[in-house]
Amino acid sequence: MIKLVDLHKSFGRQKVLDGLDLEIEKGKTTVIIGRSGGGKSVLLKHMIGLLRPEQGQILIDGTDITKLKDRALNEIRKKFGMLFQEAALFDSMTVAENVAFPLREHTTMKEKEIRETVADRLRSVGLTGVEEKMPSELSGGMRKRVGLARAIALRPQIVLFDEPTTGLDPVMTEAINRLIIDTQKNLNITCVVISHDVRSIFEIGHRIAMLYEGKIIENGTPEELKASRNPVIVQFLAGSIEGPIRIM
Amino acid sequence: MNRFSGALDRLGRAVLAAVEEMGKIILLFVSVLAWMFRPPFKLRNIFKQMEFVGVKSIFVVVLTGTFTGMVMALQGYHGFRMFSAESLVGGTVALGMTRELGPVLTSLMVTARAGSAMAAELGTMRVTEQIDALYVMAANPVKHLIVPRVIAGVLMVPLLTVVSDFTGILGGYFVGVHILGINSGIFIKNITRLVELNDIYNGLVKAACFGLILSLIGCYKGFNTYGGAEGVGRATTEAVVLASISILISDYFLTAIMF
Repeated sequence: MIKLVDLHKSFGRQKVLDGLDLEIEKGKTTVIIGRSGGGKSVLLKHMIGLLRPEQGQILIDGTDITKLKDRALNEIRKKFGMLFQEAALFDSMTVAENVAFPLREHTTMKEKEIRETVADRLRSVGLTGVEEKMPSELSGGMRKRVGLARAIALRPQIVLFDEPTTGLDPVMTEAINRLIIDTQKNLNITCVVISHDVRSIFEIGHRIAMLYEGKIIENGTPEELKASRNPVIVQFLAGSIEGPIRIM
Repeated sequence: MNRFSGALDRLGRAVLAAVEEMGKIILLFVSVLAWMFRPPFKLRNIFKQMEFVGVKSIFVVVLTGTFTGMVMALQGYHGFRMFSAESLVGGTVALGMTRELGPVLTSLMVTARAGSAMAAELGTMRVTEQIDALYVMAANPVKHLIVPRVIAGVLMVPLLTVVSDFTGILGGYFVGVHILGINSGIFIKNITRLVELNDIYNGLVKAACFGLILSLIGCYKGFNTYGGAEGVGRATTEAVVLASISILISDYFLTAIMF
């Protein structure tokens, strides 16, 4: 489904991805963990062509998107949905207009159909009666749920989540986790989740990959990760300040 | 010698940076042109921007236009009185407004009001990942965000200039005729004698060029914002400064070509 081969990316002198290899399994949820500022979001943005690597391949269903021109890349992007860290809702549009945006952009649906689809997508993330609200009137958790409704509006095959539970209280964190699990199961989609919330990753991930110093140092099931003896993973999962991960 | 080469090095870098930025703005303009004629046309977005740039700037344009016309009449009167040519005040005010002050002042006001808002709005969209969200949804941000703003700038600044020209002449008339006592008939006759249709037309063409400059620079600066709230502030300031300077410089060259 998604295969990253020998990815390299630097910003100025800082090397963020350093020969990274990763394969994302179809129909599963893969969680990518790693420290803050360690390049997880950069990695996610490469998968959808928002950033281009200096070297390496990004294969989506066998097509290398690093070589694609805008129009062909947009065709690939239609397979994706993405929930951004702060939801990235268009703040000049209502909730309904936000969710309807991809439908209006890429389908020939009539207004009535669009209204019904918007209501359906909002219902599937547990929201009703918020259609006419502006994003600024919503809480953080609601914004993320609207963001997810927009991300799944076109029924994509892959949904990317950039730190979906950051900044939420424990109850809302649990609600969003359940939503990711349900969405993945009900729509039978491939999910890639960026997170550093240890509790969440074991709850939602079928596979967990650890990004450290620009490379994936471990990629396995939650059980395999828990059993790992790699000192970086042991320290990260324990949240200890003693170990190879240096605090800067 | 070292200090001299250091200064030369910095100057060279500054010139290169300026040329590079100008190139990027021109590339953005080419991209705007390419997307402008590609359907579907986002009429609702365009009208929304036209309302923001045009309708909501009317008050400030009326105010600046009127007072500029008034002060021109006042200054002109004192100058012309020295050789008993007070009757020329009307024509001078009208010429000054239509050729120069109408387009320039209007576009500077719109830069301050709408150009800055374009930079701030697009800059905020950039730092809150809304522009990335457009890319992810396979929607082109130039078409959705920049084309409507540029169209609004090019169409509305000339229309606002008409308002500014008119209110400026009206202000001049008020001061000239009602305060300074110039004969009303002579005031108006001199306007029609001195101002040709070409003066008004060329002024409006200039205004359209300024509308293009201010909207393009506002959008460019906003679109390329980085660095959170501080970045949005920086983009907004740079947009206003660069657009204002560009308007004043291009005004000279446009005038040299047209008149």
